[in-house]
Amino acid sequence: MRLIDRTRAEALANLWLAGPATVAVLVLIFIPVSIVALLSFTDYQFGARSFNWVGFDNYLILIKDPQARRAITNTIVYAAIVIPLSILFGLLVALGLHSVMRYAPRLSAILRAAYFLPVAATLVAMAVVWQMLLHPNLGLVNHLLAAADIRGPAWLSDRGLVLYTLAVIGIWQTVGYNMVLFLAGLAAIPEHLYDAAEIDGANRGWERFWTVTWPMLGPTTLFVVVVTATGAFRVFETVATLTRGGPAFASDVLVYAIYREGFVYFKAGYSSAITMVFFVFVLLFTLAKFRLMESRVHYR
Amino acid sequence: MNSRNLIGRAIVLALLFLGAMLVLTPFFWMLSLSFKSQVEIFSPTISLFPDQLQWDNYRAAFERTTLLRFLVNGLVVCGGILFFQILFALPCAYALAQRRFRGRSLIFGLVLAGLLVPFHVTAIPIFLGLAELRLLNTYGALILPFVASVFGIFLFRQAISAMPVELFEAARIDGLSEGAIAWRIALPLAMPAATAFAIFSVVAHWNDLFWPLIAISDPALAPPPRGILYFRDEESGTDVGPLMAAAVVIVAPMVVAFLLAQRRFIQGLAVGGLKG
Repeated sequence: MRLIDRTRAEALANLWLAGPATVAVLVLIFIPVSIVALLSFTDYQFGARSFNWVGFDNYLILIKDPQARRAITNTIVYAAIVIPLSILFGLLVALGLHSVMRYAPRLSAILRAAYFLPVAATLVAMAVVWQMLLHPNLGLVNHLLAAADIRGPAWLSDRGLVLYTLAVIGIWQTVGYNMVLFLAGLAAIPEHLYDAAEIDGANRGWERFWTVTWPMLGPTTLFVVVVTATGAFRVFETVATLTRGGPAFASDVLVYAIYREGFVYFKAGYSSAITMVFFVFVLLFTLAKFRLMESRVHYR
Repeated sequence: MNSRNLIGRAIVLALLFLGAMLVLTPFFWMLSLSFKSQVEIFSPTISLFPDQLQWDNYRAAFERTTLLRFLVNGLVVCGGILFFQILFALPCAYALAQRRFRGRSLIFGLVLAGLLVPFHVTAIPIFLGLAELRLLNTYGALILPFVASVFGIFLFRQAISAMPVELFEAARIDGLSEGAIAWRIALPLAMPAATAFAIFSVVAHWNDLFWPLIAISDPALAPPPRGILYFRDEESGTDVGPLMAAAVVIVAPMVVAFLLAQRRFIQGLAVGGLKG
């Protein structure tokens, strides 16, 4: 009798501890994901009483319609610029700061804070500042260019340029984050490896880099690539603040298209299809990240 | 120390300074414009520093917009989200880490799978649900969707797993209830994880634009990023000074917090990279 009471009390405790969170996770994550997947095969509109199943129509529009497709191609182009450059600059800054740390640790810490500042700052507010910096007539950038007798372009309203401008802002915002991850990776490299490399004749800076630093940073670099990629595919704040996907869809990206089609035009079904495409991209990167984390655990 | 080394150091430092200057330019320009008068901003010649420090733009920003309201909204929303996230996550994490029961690995599997889902993916159904409950355009709409943080559960579980089992056995023998063990023993010991999670959560939600853009249309409920866009769209390019002052005020809390607690901040945001 007492045993049964005991097990019942235990079961109640488990229910009480883990139950609320489990229900919340189901209601707020797993049920919504299933609903989005289903909606993506319908023509449902927010506020409508009914809907029709339309098969893969939404996905076909997204792939075939040249304007709709821009959301996908622009996101890929944006990511293809931001990922390598943000990682390269992050690595270079980290290498520089790591070497400065040996003889001027305070200075290195101050510079690190400066590079990390855009990560902590509210991106929407900073995007409004970028809008002023890049203003065709009043902006600082074009004023400086004019001083060098160059006519500065309309950075945010030129169809051919706007995506690259946004990519520069994206790089500006993420370099500090990658730098921090690389600094942690550099700090974890044991000093005796450099001594060993020196005995083997690698005493120039860049020989040391290729024989020791770069191979030892391998796991960090892969992690940084995946984190930067997921971040780049989610670009939204700068687009919503500065261009609204324009001019003429030149800077349309996946998350902004989800927002516009779903919550401005109320095309819930179509927006769900864009959501699923976005989800597949992010899923690929995140799964890659988990694989990496597992393999890193096995190393140690 | 030979001269080649010295030159090398000088080049590295020069490049690092140049890069830092470029990175800081938007912050500098924001501050500079926020102190300039209307006339100075629109003059054909441009000067890097304002003629004189005048606070008119800040006064205008607070008077002409509900800037203070935006800040309070941000505080309420971030505080509310963090409170409920920990309220849900900690007991669950404790159960997953230190108790054995049926369904434990299933729940942990759900948590790991949940890490793969970015919030954007759930936005449409959650919007429908909130509309059904007539909760759109309330603080609830801004807080409720985020109360179940699988990332929080994951972080707390990792921290509590690393604690010795004997500790919890001893607490049980002393007659503490399981809830009391979670809150009075596990939480204080998991403080480093809790701090990292809190920083990650507050920064993410203070800076978020996507969900406020969808869930509310009433400016009185807008968190700071949504608020500054209301301001910008209203003033149509003439009130640059006050707009920049508003940007300074909105950016300041996170930047100041970061400068005061750099190591914790960097840890908190770096840990956020684990989330999908």
